[in-house]
Amino acid sequence: MKAIQIGLFVLLALGGLGVVLVRDPLRQALMVGVYGLLLALLFFVIGAPDVALSQIVVSTVAVPVMILVTLAKVRSQEAGDREGEDPGSRGSGG
Amino acid sequence: MSERARLVMFLAGGAGLAALLGWALAGLPAFGAFNGAYALLINHVVVAQRAATDAVTAVNFDYRGLDTFGEEFILFTSVIGLAVLLREQRGEHTGPSAQTSDEHRFQGSSQALRGLTLALIGPIVVLALYLDSHGALTPGGGFQGGVVGAAALLMVFLGGGYMMMRRVSPHGMVELAEASGAAGYGLVGLGGLVFAGVFFKNFLGGGTPGQLVSAGTIPFSSMAVGLEVTGAFVLLWTEFLDQALMVSGE
Amino acid sequence: MSVLAYGTAAWLMLVGLYGIVTSRNLIHMVICVSVVQSSTYVLILSVGYRVNASAPIFADIPPGSRAVDPIVQALTLTDVVVEATVVALLLALAVQAHKRFGTLDPSELTPLRG
Repeated sequence: MKAIQIGLFVLLALGGLGVVLVRDPLRQALMVGVYGLLLALLFFVIGAPDVALSQIVVSTVAVPVMILVTLAKVRSQEAGDREGEDPGSRGSGG
Repeated sequence: MSERARLVMFLAGGAGLAALLGWALAGLPAFGAFNGAYALLINHVVVAQRAATDAVTAVNFDYRGLDTFGEEFILFTSVIGLAVLLREQRGEHTGPSAQTSDEHRFQGSSQALRGLTLALIGPIVVLALYLDSHGALTPGGGFQGGVVGAAALLMVFLGGGYMMMRRVSPHGMVELAEASGAAGYGLVGLGGLVFAGVFFKNFLGGGTPGQLVSAGTIPFSSMAVGLEVTGAFVLLWTEFLDQALMVSGE
Repeated sequence: MSVLAYGTAAWLMLVGLYGIVTSRNLIHMVICVSVVQSSTYVLILSVGYRVNASAPIFADIPPGSRAVDPIVQALTLTDVVVEATVVALLLALAVQAHKRFGTLDPSELTPLRG
């Protein structure tokens, strides 16, 4: 049990660093899922199944979806801006 | 400020913060040696006093009910803030451009994947209801069950497209669910005030520990919060999806 | 073990702050804020942990058995869910900023352009 805890603390520290150092938000959305899964596993092995349950749903489903949809919105705004400047270059939206 | 200056500032400040954190954390009890008086007390009395076998849910919806009430309204107000922020932008178009989003499908998702997603909806709904209602007995409760329930509606989106998700969860219904969940939890608190003289006092009898109808008001609080959290997450996803899928097709 | 547990919490906080300070993208910044926030969960739950103790669920163990602290878990559990909606609010602000200024780079968000 203790070895699992040590391993998870180390992985978590690396995972947090990974989330911060990945600069592309799209890849970050995936990293957040992995990091959240590590958090949930750690919570599980230190006797907090309730917290692990909410962490697992929030960080593998809720937050990545919000990041992806935000990115989609931002890209469609950028596509819209380009169309505004140059009406000839339609397409590649969404 | 230049990037370099900013980094130097952070390194100085971060080093100071690290030193202070190290000092503060060194004063904590060793990992695994904690002996908080309240924790010991609650672990001893929770089953006898509240007939709840999950001490965490009992703390959440009973001993700390008022705190959770405040916490719940952070959730409520941040979803309202989000809706206000995003709807202000949406004023630019009137009706939803239904065709573009109705035809919106995830390119590359196969029929099998879509079928599997749709098949998962039932089990996810059951899991959400189980977590909502059995919070006092086993790990779970309104907060977890609520997010799981919202995930079921997200599956509708992934498997059937956005317009189908909107059809099974119209905006008005989702808002109503969120608001009535929040109000329901407040009413449980008021019930304590009316029937026992203390806001959020557990005014129902405990019952037999381990049975579904036990632990007094805790299952009701849990289900109200579950409804609110489901409503909140569905609402914020649909607000974002409205933005991403509909305005772009304007 | 104490050093590792509390050190991880402090490390996550500092790493998240580093990400916020050096971020060139508001969405990236919001995610770094959530890393800082998760450091508090690690710290609080580590404080409440007790060795050789079970989870505070007394469904199949007798009441009063050695169990970890349920109070810190109740504090964390609500915050995990509430934090997700706060992240959503921050992302909505990022979308709004992008709409107004046409960029997600925080260093280009100058009041002159508004």
